[in-house]
Amino acid sequence: MPTTQQIEVRRGDVVVLVGTMKGAFLFRAGPDRARFEMGGPFFPGHSVYALAYDGRAGRRRVWAATSSMHWGSVLNQSDDFGATWTTPEVPTVQFPKGGKALASIWQIALGRADEPEVMYCGVEPAALFESRDAGKSFQLVEGLWQHPHREQWQPGGGGLCLHTVLPDPEVRGRIVVAISTGGVYRTDDGGRTWTVRNKGVRAEFLPDKHPEFGQCVHKIARHASRPERLYLQNHWGLYRSDDAGDSWKDIARGVPSDFGFCMAVHPHDAETAYIVPLESDGFRCTPEGKLRVYRTRDGGGSWHPLSEGLPQRDAFETVLRDAMGTDVEDRAGIYFGTRSGKLFASRDDGDSWTALATGLPPVVCVRAARA
Amino acid sequence: MRVTFELAGFLRTFAGGAREVRLDVPGRTVGDALRALAERHPGVCSRVLDEQGSVRRHVNVFVSDLSIRDTGGLATELRDGCSISLLAAVSGG
Repeated sequence: MPTTQQIEVRRGDVVVLVGTMKGAFLFRAGPDRARFEMGGPFFPGHSVYALAYDGRAGRRRVWAATSSMHWGSVLNQSDDFGATWTTPEVPTVQFPKGGKALASIWQIALGRADEPEVMYCGVEPAALFESRDAGKSFQLVEGLWQHPHREQWQPGGGGLCLHTVLPDPEVRGRIVVAISTGGVYRTDDGGRTWTVRNKGVRAEFLPDKHPEFGQCVHKIARHASRPERLYLQNHWGLYRSDDAGDSWKDIARGVPSDFGFCMAVHPHDAETAYIVPLESDGFRCTPEGKLRVYRTRDGGGSWHPLSEGLPQRDAFETVLRDAMGTDVEDRAGIYFGTRSGKLFASRDDGDSWTALATGLPPVVCVRAARA
Repeated sequence: MRVTFELAGFLRTFAGGAREVRLDVPGRTVGDALRALAERHPGVCSRVLDEQGSVRRHVNVFVSDLSIRDTGGLATELRDGCSISLLAAVSGG
């Protein structure tokens, strides 16, 4: 096994969590983000599709969902930025006896700030798990699992997964989730009942382009200060909702393609969002061999390419659904990783970019936080 | 019945580093032996079996030299003193 490089994270550092198909890596820098150090690989040989940093209630906890083709999927935690990890003997995220078997954990989401013991995992096969004891145990959210649509959801290319979980920071009991392929579902009663929220979102791959459900939503992002506004990157299509998913409006103007996977919202401005368009579902690479992030600063009214510091020749890259994240610094840091193992960072809202790493395993998850 | 489990490298993490685990099994089948192993080393068993009790798709269980996929799965009967190997399949990417 490879030697794992450790990093020493100080309070106030910026930390970038990177999940790959062959392990996890942690990057740290001082608040100026001038120079990043890399730690890892952690869990070498295991894919890490979901990472999260929990700074609630005085914690400094990194969560990592690891999956092994051989040995299954498990949620691990570290309170010292990877120096040591706690892996449960028996995985904490498990389906009840007599049901399905967990394939993989796709998303780790933290509950509201005033519920620091609450967290969620979105998994494959598509289901939501909830913890009310800070991750010591998880329970299947039966309201969604028993939804009458569930038997008709179909797997996308990555499997039938629940990949996005957005607990509402203002409306207690409201959670938005996204499923490939099922689409958007929302609960307003803490998970007991769920209603489909796909109105206006196309399903290009079905005979009926606007079914009630079955859309292949790739990612939804939102800003905590305006939780009713959602941005959605679809399997063909870019959308915005201003009513927590009740309706969706097409915002694909000024992009070379409205196909893509990742989406992130600026940490301090709900009008600003970021995507990386890909050419098509048939050629899931950046158009024209140019790696460009597109940014809107007017809520999707227009999109503009950001390319300074990014390769603009022979760069046929793919950025997957969770491979983009933002930090919380005043001048926002935006980070994304490619399937070819490159990790890029901007410390000026996306205006310019630098490569933090160029030889990682395929990157599937990027998250950033202040330690 | 006495059996000896031989563990793949990764599984030893969950058995205190042991390469082998010797057990007295109250039963006659591979399933019985894995249940006994789960009581001693639950971390090993939960990597070999999923939460519904099925052997994971890319894990191979051998009794002596025979894969239990060819001999009756978890119902495969054991002989006193036999060895059970818990190994990763060659699959990967």
